[in-house]
Amino acid sequence: MISLRAIGVVVLLMMAGLLPSKAAEADLRAALAKFVTATSFPATEAVVRELAASGDPSVEGALSALADGNLYIRKSDSQLFIGRDAGGRTELLDPLSGEKVAEADKAELARVKINNSLRRVVRDALGALTLRAKDANLRLAAANTMFKTPDAGNIEALDAAIAAETDTAIKATFEQARAASILVSDKPEADKLAAVSTIAARGDRDALSVLASAEANSQGAVKGAAASAIARIDSTLALWDAIQNIWYGISLGSVLLLAAIGLAITFGVMGVINMAHGEMVMLGAYTTFVVQQVIRGSFPGLFDWSLIIALPLAFLVAALVGLVIERGIIRFLYGRPLETLLATWGVSLILQQAVRTLFGPTNQEVGNPSWMSGSFDVGQVAITWNRLWILVFALAVFVVLLYVMKRTPWGLRMRAVTANRRMAASMGIRTPWVDALTFALGSGIAGIAGVALSQIDNVSPNLGRGYIIDSFMVVVFGGVGNLWGTLVGAFSLGIVNKFLEPYAGAVLGKIVVLVMIILFIQKRPRGLFALKGRAVEA
Amino acid sequence: MRGNFQKITKLLSAGVVAAGLLMTASAKAADDTIKVGILHSLSGTMAISETTLKDVMLMLIEEQNAKGGLLGRKLEAVVVDPASNWPLFAEKARELISKDKVAAVFGCWTSVSRKSVLPVFSELDNILFYPVQYEGEESERNVFYTGAAPNQQAIPAVDYLMSADGGSVKRWVLEGTDYVYPRTTNKILEAYLKSKGVPAEDIMVNYTPFGFSDWQTEVSAIKKFGSAGKKTAVVSTVNGDANVPFYKELGNQGIKAEDIPVMAFSVGEEELAGLDTGPLVGHLAAWNYFESIDTPENKKFIDDWHKFIKNDKRTTNDPMEAHYIGFNMWVKAVEKAGTTDPDKVIDAMVGVSVPNLSGGYSTMMPNHHITKPVLIGEIQANGQFDTVWQTPGLVMGDEWSDYLPDSKDLISDWRAPLSCGNFNVKTGKCGGKGTN
Repeated sequence: MISLRAIGVVVLLMMAGLLPSKAAEADLRAALAKFVTATSFPATEAVVRELAASGDPSVEGALSALADGNLYIRKSDSQLFIGRDAGGRTELLDPLSGEKVAEADKAELARVKINNSLRRVVRDALGALTLRAKDANLRLAAANTMFKTPDAGNIEALDAAIAAETDTAIKATFEQARAASILVSDKPEADKLAAVSTIAARGDRDALSVLASAEANSQGAVKGAAASAIARIDSTLALWDAIQNIWYGISLGSVLLLAAIGLAITFGVMGVINMAHGEMVMLGAYTTFVVQQVIRGSFPGLFDWSLIIALPLAFLVAALVGLVIERGIIRFLYGRPLETLLATWGVSLILQQAVRTLFGPTNQEVGNPSWMSGSFDVGQVAITWNRLWILVFALAVFVVLLYVMKRTPWGLRMRAVTANRRMAASMGIRTPWVDALTFALGSGIAGIAGVALSQIDNVSPNLGRGYIIDSFMVVVFGGVGNLWGTLVGAFSLGIVNKFLEPYAGAVLGKIVVLVMIILFIQKRPRGLFALKGRAVEA
Repeated sequence: MRGNFQKITKLLSAGVVAAGLLMTASAKAADDTIKVGILHSLSGTMAISETTLKDVMLMLIEEQNAKGGLLGRKLEAVVVDPASNWPLFAEKARELISKDKVAAVFGCWTSVSRKSVLPVFSELDNILFYPVQYEGEESERNVFYTGAAPNQQAIPAVDYLMSADGGSVKRWVLEGTDYVYPRTTNKILEAYLKSKGVPAEDIMVNYTPFGFSDWQTEVSAIKKFGSAGKKTAVVSTVNGDANVPFYKELGNQGIKAEDIPVMAFSVGEEELAGLDTGPLVGHLAAWNYFESIDTPENKKFIDDWHKFIKNDKRTTNDPMEAHYIGFNMWVKAVEKAGTTDPDKVIDAMVGVSVPNLSGGYSTMMPNHHITKPVLIGEIQANGQFDTVWQTPGLVMGDEWSDYLPDSKDLISDWRAPLSCGNFNVKTGKCGGKGTN
């Protein structure tokens, strides 16, 4: 809500033409001091607008601090400061110069409150202030903000910025922002038609949004031009949507692959129906949590490395637990699938409750290292870094596992035992030992999957439950005992799922996929790639 | 008896020369306690939310005992674990009432667990305090609803988003987990939005399964829906575990609260504890209580909680406050009735008023729902909510929604002589029907 008085102040200042490029510091300080007395959001907004109208870049610090919720009032003397966290206490910085002037406890400070609409106003104000910033990223961000919130008042500032800009990409964005502003101004129709084609050339969702509101608010030729531009953008975006669906499918497939690949060893190769598989994934995720806790406490500089440090540890923890389970329970139950199923399900309950007792029932926070946060655009598809890294990681795990199975002596022994246990034993292979290590390997792989999954899912004692059904689905569909089958199974299920989701919804989509798998298994009981092995003999 | 003897000798050895009367009184209190049932899942999927409620009940009971108990007797908590298994809730409720002879039960989280115990409570005539926000369309003589009804959470939240303060939202995404609470709430919201003149093409409803973790398609659909040139907001009834990946995906795909705010009804301080809230600043939640509320009552409650749980990082949340209110109401009603007999306490409950933690009083209404303020909070970088708006006064829980055709003529009043949970004002008969 723009208070009338605030507009009045701004308009008066502008009309008077007295707005100096650098308002006197005293005036700025007087304006900033009004934050202290502003007790409602509209009052705070008026102050923001007044500061923005000053056009002085030195208020940028105070405004960004306000947007981030770091602008404080010291209760004792009603002075305004920018706060910065410093080990429990807050450092107080001068709102204009940004120099540290004092320190205080949180309790001595009152925060200047902010809500979403205020944040939007601040963002627009910062956009106007940073149009001429030195940092190219800041200028680009400012141009994009102005594009999304067009305002006829911006045209002059943008003209000046376009004239001064040397970077062609940023200049183009400035021109688009200017075009968007022209659409909401009272400029002649010819200008507006040119603006529509400038914006249409941008071709993304933001352009669509600007054009849609232009179409709704204008008449005649401009309306028609906007409508046809929208139709053109829509048809290109439809193609991008299909590409996006494939990417989402591949990404879901990589998660399924990670979750299932350990099971492809314990269930696929060994034929053990391991219901505790999901809990191995959970143990891996909790290992990541513990590693991050230690790093946060003792070596904060290493945080970006936390996942890499967690990988071997998660493997060891899960493999060790797997080894204990195999030696303690499963080896007595080979060839008795029903008992194995029940026993491992019991183990899964025990593990869940143990973790719940040890770490508490609530979710634990596992942070994303900086290289796994955010996204980047390929055409009109936003690709998030964490999904991309998980895909790379899943493929890497697959390749390493394939190498171990096919190219190492240990893999050879494993395959020998699977193919023919008696023959392998007669050749001098210690089959019980191979069994134990194979199970530990499968569990360990599940553990490192947990490290990756902790980045996209909850770290809670229930983590494993969500993946156990999917994992079995992938392994059975792909063909028991074949790693390639697991790979193809995971990716095809992922892509089918993501193509169904936009049309059928997530709930129905999942049901359809399950029904399809059931029908498929009726036709080919051994899955996509059938293999001869112990599981088949039994 | 050995315990009593020890207690007496202890008193004596402590040098208390008391009258025999006092001693018999304390001896009596020891073997004659008032039992309070706690029916919350301590294992299984719901343990994540319900364990905290068990702990807060234990704390409240301990505090009441420190104050001298109730009617001169000590309270004793009886904790059972229904293990997130809905039929087991009914079994455990029966066990609490028939075997342990509890005076009242505090419990349940999901609506399906509440529905499963309802017949047990009416058959054995006991009291259930239900502390979680729910979809309404229900009023039972034996149940007291201390969480929010839809008009105490969902409707004011939508009103806020429609207001200039909330960003004058014109386009709505109703995103929910696929079960009874989101489905009913969204039905009510859809009817409400249409009554406010929102056209059908500006409302998108989508459901996902429990524990859903791959939100890419849904989030990009929201992004797409939001690029139609009108201010868009998401109203989320996504439940529990699925929220963390949902918010992570929102953050990663760069959906900022300034552009498309997400208003959540099931995300509290507890859910945010497992998240880096930096990218989520400004997304909203509607509740009747926030941990960040600055009142002396709330400060004491949080201090007591940290002391009791021995961990000053543990958060407090809305259902905990609901139990705080419900327990204090029950204590007051028992004192008013002078007995723990459920029948008499149920009658004494209506009209009981106790302080809530946001600086006002909550009163039990004749429809067994309570009055509460409605608060809208924005997520902060420290995982807390900052109240940006609140209803000017208290809002009375409305069990039968006025926006659903099946229930708009129904009212509930458990006082004599009406004593009916679904009285149809059109036909003048008790026994109308709800949507469930």
